Amino acid sequence: MRKIDASLIADCVARLCVRANRHLPQDVSCALHQASEEETWPAAKDILSLLCDNCRIAADTAMPICQDTGMAVVFADVGQDVHIRGDFTAAVNEGVRRGYTEGLLRKSVVGDPLRRKNTGDNTPAILHTRLVPGENITLTVAPKGFGSENMSRLKMLTPDAGVEGVKQFVLETVKNAGANPCPPMVLGVGIGGDFERVAEMAKEALMLPVDGHHDDPYYAALEQELLEAVNLTGIGPQGLGGKTTCLGVRIVAGPTHIAGLPVAVNVSCHVTRHQMETL
Amino acid sequence: MIRLNTPLTEETIKTLHAGDHVLLSGVVYTARDAAHLRMMDLIAQGKPLPVELDGQVIYYAGPTPTPPGKPVGSIGPTTSTRMDASTPALLERGLRGMIGKGGRSENVIRAMQEHPAVYFAAVGGAAALMAQCVTDLQVVCWDDLGPESVKRLTLQDLPLIVAVDAYGQDAFVNGQRAYLESQV
Repeated sequence: MRKIDASLIADCVARLCVRANRHLPQDVSCALHQASEEETWPAAKDILSLLCDNCRIAADTAMPICQDTGMAVVFADVGQDVHIRGDFTAAVNEGVRRGYTEGLLRKSVVGDPLRRKNTGDNTPAILHTRLVPGENITLTVAPKGFGSENMSRLKMLTPDAGVEGVKQFVLETVKNAGANPCPPMVLGVGIGGDFERVAEMAKEALMLPVDGHHDDPYYAALEQELLEAVNLTGIGPQGLGGKTTCLGVRIVAGPTHIAGLPVAVNVSCHVTRHQMETL
Repeated sequence: MIRLNTPLTEETIKTLHAGDHVLLSGVVYTARDAAHLRMMDLIAQGKPLPVELDGQVIYYAGPTPTPPGKPVGSIGPTTSTRMDASTPALLERGLRGMIGKGGRSENVIRAMQEHPAVYFAAVGGAAALMAQCVTDLQVVCWDDLGPESVKRLTLQDLPLIVAVDAYGQDAFVNGQRAYLESQV
């Protein structure tokens, strides 16, 4: 059995927090640049060009791309043949604490939702741990801003709503979000599972390459159809009009109950961040 | 491109129209969710606000920590609609401008006509770029709120779009409509 010291997990999380906030993933960066070239509405094109400049400046000056450096969402795929020496959850939070403090990232977390005192170090992380075969640990840090998170929605549809109900809910969510989530947005759609699993699937969908497609042609076609429909709304970059409302729609679907059709839309912005490392 | 300096006068505000591109310079104050709640508490208690609002501009923003040798960290707008409930009371007290992202409620748009004011949209998420338009940052009050404290910023040519003017015009509604009409 392989042994991994918890301090290595903390170091890795700290690095990923900083890297994710200064550098867009390659796929999101490419999608943004491509949209900037293809946008035809002049005001929208200017905004997209400015967003590309912003990413370059962030990387060149070692500054966060966006001031909302988010809550630190951490996905940990832990090999079942690994023995972690030390406290795993504490190590993840130590990584967030160090990354956000030393990387000069904004501390945007309050310790209690109603009494709202800032924790001062952006902890705790939102931690999703999955046990997988093997003897590696793969960590993904996905800082999530709340301008877009606040626009996300979940609905327990019933089977009779079908695929049309899902499409209608996604479009309603986008129209309701309008200019608020910093379009061009990225949409992670979860379909199936149960109440909490569908939200998790929507979040997982945001980790997928924005320019990729579902393995199942049925869902790949649905991703494409939703993207086209969203880009016909005219919301445009920053909500000021244009064809680039969304850079990509990704779907994660899973088994559900005979009585249900849960759907969740996790709305993300043009700064859809995630960085991954394997220990 | 229109160049503006704060504080803003009623005369200046009346020359601005939704969709205008502006470069804003001068002093503005940051305040977001928690600071607005505290200002509402002060107003309810009949106490003075930490900043005299007459002619001033509030920027809905919480920057990242200031790196050594720089005036400010990354700074861009947060979603304005969360401040909608507090805004009319501040407009009544002389607030003339707001900087944020996303649309405003009908109540705010109406109050901006009654007490002439302008709402500017900054480009959400372009925070590293817009940091280059801030030359100074000082904390004014409520340091315990961390990123949500009230800060006095000095701007130099911050690029903004007039999103809602003092005549009730809305650049989000107009911009989306114009784009869709161009596609017919």
